[in-house]
Amino acid sequence: MSLRIGLDVGSTTLKCVVLNENNNIIYANYERHFSKISEKSCELLCAIANKFPNERDVHIAVSGSAGMGFAEDIELNFIQEVFATKIAISAYIPDTDVVIELGGEDAKILFLTGGTEVRMNGSCAGGTGAFIDQMASLLNMTAHELNLEAKNYSKIYNIASRCGVFAKSDIQPLINQGAKKEDISKSILNAVVNQTISGLAQGREIKGKIVYLGGPLTFLSELRESFDYILGNKGICPENSLYFVAIGTALSCDDKIINILELKDKIKNTTQNRTYNALPPLFENEEQYNTFLNRHNKAVISTDALLTDSKIAYIGIDSGSTTIKATLINENEDIVYSIYRPNSGNPVPIVKDFLTEVYNRYPDINIMGSATTGYGEEIIKNAFRCDFGIVETIAHYTAAKKYNPNVDFIIDIGGQDIKCFKISNGAIDNIFLNEACSSGCGSFLQSFAGALGYSIADFAKLGLYGERPVDLGSRCTVFMNSSVKQAQKDGASIENISAGLSISIVKNALYKVIRVSSAKKLGNNIVVQGGTFLNDAVLRAFEQEIGHDVIRPAISGVMGAYGAALYAKQASRGKSDIINKETLKSFKHEVNAITCNGCTNRCKLTVNTFSDTNKYIAGNQCDKPIQKNKNKECYNMYEYKRQLLSAYTDCKGIRDITIGLPMALNMYEMLPFWHTFFTKMGFSVKLSGRSTRKLYLKGQNSIPSDTVCYPAKLVHGHIVNLCESGVDAVFYPCMTYNFDEGLGDNHYNCPVVAYYPLVIAKNMNEIQSTVLINNYIGIDQRKYFPKKFTKILSEYFDDIKFKDVKAASDAAYKEYYAYIEKIEEKGEEFLKIANEKKLPVIVLCGRPYHLDHEIDHGIDKFISEAGAVLISEDGLGKRYSPFPTTVLNQWTYHARLYGAAKFVCDSNNPDINLVQLVSFGCGVDAVTTDEVRSILWKNKKIYTQIKIDEITNLGAVKIRLRSLFAAIEQKKNNDKAGGTEC
Amino acid sequence: MLDQNRVEFTREMKDSYKILAPNMLDVHFSMIENLFKSSGYNVEVLRNTDQSVIEEGLKYVHNDTCYPALLTIGQMISALKSGEYDVNKTALMMTQTGGGCRASNYIHLLRKALKNAGLGHVPVISLSIGGIEKNSGFKLTLSMMVKALAALSYGDMLTVLKNQTKPYEINKGETDALVKRWTDFFSNEFAHNRALSPLAIKKYMKKIVKSFLKVETEDREKVKVGIVGEIYVKYSPLANNNLEKFLFDQDCEVNVPGIMGFMMHVVGNGLDDVELYGGSNWKKLKTKLGLWLMSKYESYINEPLKNTKYIQPATYSHLRELVAPVMGHGCKMGEGWLLTAEMMELCESGYKNIVCAQPFGCLPNHIVGKGMVRIIREYYPDSNIVAVDYDPGATKVNQENRIKLMLSVAREENVSDKPETVRSF
Repeated sequence: MSLRIGLDVGSTTLKCVVLNENNNIIYANYERHFSKISEKSCELLCAIANKFPNERDVHIAVSGSAGMGFAEDIELNFIQEVFATKIAISAYIPDTDVVIELGGEDAKILFLTGGTEVRMNGSCAGGTGAFIDQMASLLNMTAHELNLEAKNYSKIYNIASRCGVFAKSDIQPLINQGAKKEDISKSILNAVVNQTISGLAQGREIKGKIVYLGGPLTFLSELRESFDYILGNKGICPENSLYFVAIGTALSCDDKIINILELKDKIKNTTQNRTYNALPPLFENEEQYNTFLNRHNKAVISTDALLTDSKIAYIGIDSGSTTIKATLINENEDIVYSIYRPNSGNPVPIVKDFLTEVYNRYPDINIMGSATTGYGEEIIKNAFRCDFGIVETIAHYTAAKKYNPNVDFIIDIGGQDIKCFKISNGAIDNIFLNEACSSGCGSFLQSFAGALGYSIADFAKLGLYGERPVDLGSRCTVFMNSSVKQAQKDGASIENISAGLSISIVKNALYKVIRVSSAKKLGNNIVVQGGTFLNDAVLRAFEQEIGHDVIRPAISGVMGAYGAALYAKQASRGKSDIINKETLKSFKHEVNAITCNGCTNRCKLTVNTFSDTNKYIAGNQCDKPIQKNKNKECYNMYEYKRQLLSAYTDCKGIRDITIGLPMALNMYEMLPFWHTFFTKMGFSVKLSGRSTRKLYLKGQNSIPSDTVCYPAKLVHGHIVNLCESGVDAVFYPCMTYNFDEGLGDNHYNCPVVAYYPLVIAKNMNEIQSTVLINNYIGIDQRKYFPKKFTKILSEYFDDIKFKDVKAASDAAYKEYYAYIEKIEEKGEEFLKIANEKKLPVIVLCGRPYHLDHEIDHGIDKFISEAGAVLISEDGLGKRYSPFPTTVLNQWTYHARLYGAAKFVCDSNNPDINLVQLVSFGCGVDAVTTDEVRSILWKNKKIYTQIKIDEITNLGAVKIRLRSLFAAIEQKKNNDKAGGTEC
Repeated sequence: MLDQNRVEFTREMKDSYKILAPNMLDVHFSMIENLFKSSGYNVEVLRNTDQSVIEEGLKYVHNDTCYPALLTIGQMISALKSGEYDVNKTALMMTQTGGGCRASNYIHLLRKALKNAGLGHVPVISLSIGGIEKNSGFKLTLSMMVKALAALSYGDMLTVLKNQTKPYEINKGETDALVKRWTDFFSNEFAHNRALSPLAIKKYMKKIVKSFLKVETEDREKVKVGIVGEIYVKYSPLANNNLEKFLFDQDCEVNVPGIMGFMMHVVGNGLDDVELYGGSNWKKLKTKLGLWLMSKYESYINEPLKNTKYIQPATYSHLRELVAPVMGHGCKMGEGWLLTAEMMELCESGYKNIVCAQPFGCLPNHIVGKGMVRIIREYYPDSNIVAVDYDPGATKVNQENRIKLMLSVAREENVSDKPETVRSF
């Protein structure tokens, strides 16, 4: 029998084995292919041919995520990779129960016993090798180093595991807060495990003999350890664990005999003839490029100025997500000295070096002001005693004004965020920040360059003369990964991929973040900045897309820092408090991780101690651990609603039956209703416990759809909680319709709220131990309700009488309306207080279940503690009246959002503003956000949207809210100065 | 309450305007086109599928909105911008189902998009059974609805036969040619208001079956794959990256449940609402009547297939029965219980390999699609279901790879089980 070759073309690596007739591996090879699949495979075939000079006729089959197109091209048999694994496992380790295989961009679980099932990650690439690489590079390590660090962990942080981009926004703040690398490393690996379990196991238990396969699990011992720990089972990583797909592929070869040398030639000749959608090139020729460069080189301010005779200087520090920027300016606002460096996971020493350098260069300097901004604003401000901490948006605007006083639009694409703001009447008007789902931008370009073996600058440059840039669309980076894969398959050159990536970053910013319908209407005086625009390809793509020229300051990368310095100058109060030369020498920085015991939240805090005295605490959800006895009065309606709900406690009834109510989704509003109903009927009632991360994890393995919203995922945990507490029945009804509040064209619940009980019934083993009442119930039809509900309850319980149900439901309706009335009265009261005390009002619009601490992450507290009166959308109930909307207004909860937006506009009060909370994955909100935004914009109000998910960190949210407060303030000042325009 | 300032499609426009509608089901819609023409509306079903469709969609529709909205709106705007139509003499038509899903908002998103594209003056006609919006120049009369039912039944019949014949035909292309012949024939008949009476339908249905029986086929087991999903992604090749063709090329027989079930599902929801939550008897009666009428047409399809080699499409009442123990009938948003019922029915009739296609982030599908896979496996342990998400960013490579995995499992089962004959149920 001839040799059998199995070729596994993965997303990043090429694996190959050769089997002899006894199924023994006589050759194996593993290497990165850097997207040069055909070259690499030719080399490989040559190597095999040389090694076995007597074997020319072979059998060969191809597998792997990048192998499909390749196999088609050269007409080879293609074996789906998960399937190949299965074949290999049954041949070599037949008693395996479960296989867990992680690859570059794929994650798979195979259940082999008790009903074979194969699972593969969907369109989300979270929790894979690429994810670990990306996270490692964020920490400035290799995956291998990350593994070594993880060995010494002492504490695990919660990192959103769903998607790489989310995890990033969790990790970044940890870095900036000074969390230890070993702890972050282990937390990343744990996140991978959680992702694999929640995303793939979907309710099926992973037990028995477990086999680990694929690159990450082979190379990273700590990842295996994390799996072992979480699964409570010791898995094995067999010899040749990298090659199982290739082995299975070799085993699946058909009878076709192929001459290895002919095949090699065929591969050589058959590439490059595929096509893809191409865009116009960035530059037609070099001349065009030079004209472009000349134009942009004009936007210059001096960057090597000297200190003036007074030696007066100001310092601005921008501690960004991946980089640190710092500038020193003189009295004339020229830059004397500046740095731009990666923060390498710890910004503090870099700033220390910067200041040391400043003091060394200019021993007699007189620093009159210092300001910090960016993600690391607070830690840097505390560490070095800077005078001001300002929100990034203000810093950037201050700097941009220097270049063009009439600037009306600023866009900043940094390492991991896009910030844009419109300016009208000299105030920042609308702010767009990218949501957690598309934040990749600059750092994405970077990791992509890295994966292909280039530096980011070189990689971007390649694209300048790409003749047919690949059209990669405008989507979140995780998807872009696979788009690039497809482009490679279609024969796109590296130049064209590079150009395509630059263009798609721009499109992402324009169409996903800013959501312009016409790029040409952005503004007339546009300033672009941020490190990503230092790449000419990105800049050019931007100008092409919007159709006119923009200004890119030569110091584009340090604009935030420059703006901070300018701000420090304008706000200077005399000599700066910044750490002096002597103290700097003895500067020390220590980090401790502790758990806060201030309340039941039990936040994980990182305590930074600087030079033994100065402390900075991060990771807190409230001000308790930082503020001692600062008893400021807060007006927080979310808190008020929580208090109201807390009155409905567990209680005993005369019937010896306990009904469990899961505190999730619409139960947050229906609790007064059902609680009253069941207690009146004589049942005992038990509520599920408070939402926590732990509670979520308890239920996560039965979530069947990983893209459903977080509030829905939490339901699983609540059900487990109820089942564990031994209730007799869980009451969680399907509710197509909600109450008709007369605001819209209909009064539906959203599909997830309406029907999630069905998912619970069919996916949770726990529920089998009790009874789940999940019938369809129509509370909107009060007339029919008692009769219908009597029938339903009689299915489950004895002795259900119509007259009792009628009486109980009357009481329930009464209680519900009283509850709503209380909220509305509180809303009125708050409005009155705000008016009397001249306090700003924020209408925090969400859904009833956004009250859940685990869902809103303390955003309500942040707002009320910042001094605003916080009113929930339902608190404005008395102010609503039906009005025409441009969308079909058919969901009860969402009609309130439109009503709230209308009220905010009608109030004609600059102090009343709206913030909308949106759960990631909420499809309905794609409709509502646009509508709320357009209602507000029509009336020149600022629209602020906050997307929330599992993310536990508030960094980005705070920037957004602070920008909003700053903008409101500025707007008010301008209105005062220049009179109102309307 | 909705903005009443929308541009109406007036009586004057009826004669001079061309009405553009997005495509979804090639076979069905090509016949419907002429049906409208015979009622005095100059309707054209759009067939543009180039890149600009997606581009315009991304530009004018919120990117997190479901993919079908993005595509259909993109398709219409791209057509309007193409210069092929006089934008001052063109109207658009879109179906509106109502219900708690985002889909009932498509038409409003379309108007919004038109406004942003500077085409706000183009009237948009809502096509709905309940007549959600009124236009003086357009009315979906009862007689038109009945005619449409006829056309859709023909479409369903042709699809059923095509799917069960084409994979086995000996003379390549024969089946497609036959389908084309029939659609051309009916288009022409409809233009003259013929082939629409119950008697005519019965007659032609028989003829259709006969004509397909004449196609020479080989007797060979192929992997049988069912397609279910969000209605647009399920049917439209533009949305599902040519899923049917892909499966056909992979040597599979495909079964895509017809549109009739969906229509009956939409109508029947009203009845279930009354049953579950209470309501007027009048509403109940009206719905019952509608369902009765539709079931007639359903039988026009099923009767001639009885005692033939073809697998008949499931009836609405059978689908209801199947799904009752799993989720009852109150779950109605989007495809609601129908989607789960179709998966069960496919398993039951031998199509145990299923692609469940949905737009990325489709809310009802979290429940009735992905959420029910587990229970279906309990009912049908050998079911082999893959859920595939579609959106402008998802790549064909990933989708096809997942489908291939499902097919590998299917092929293995086919070999190891050696099913005696699946059709003897």
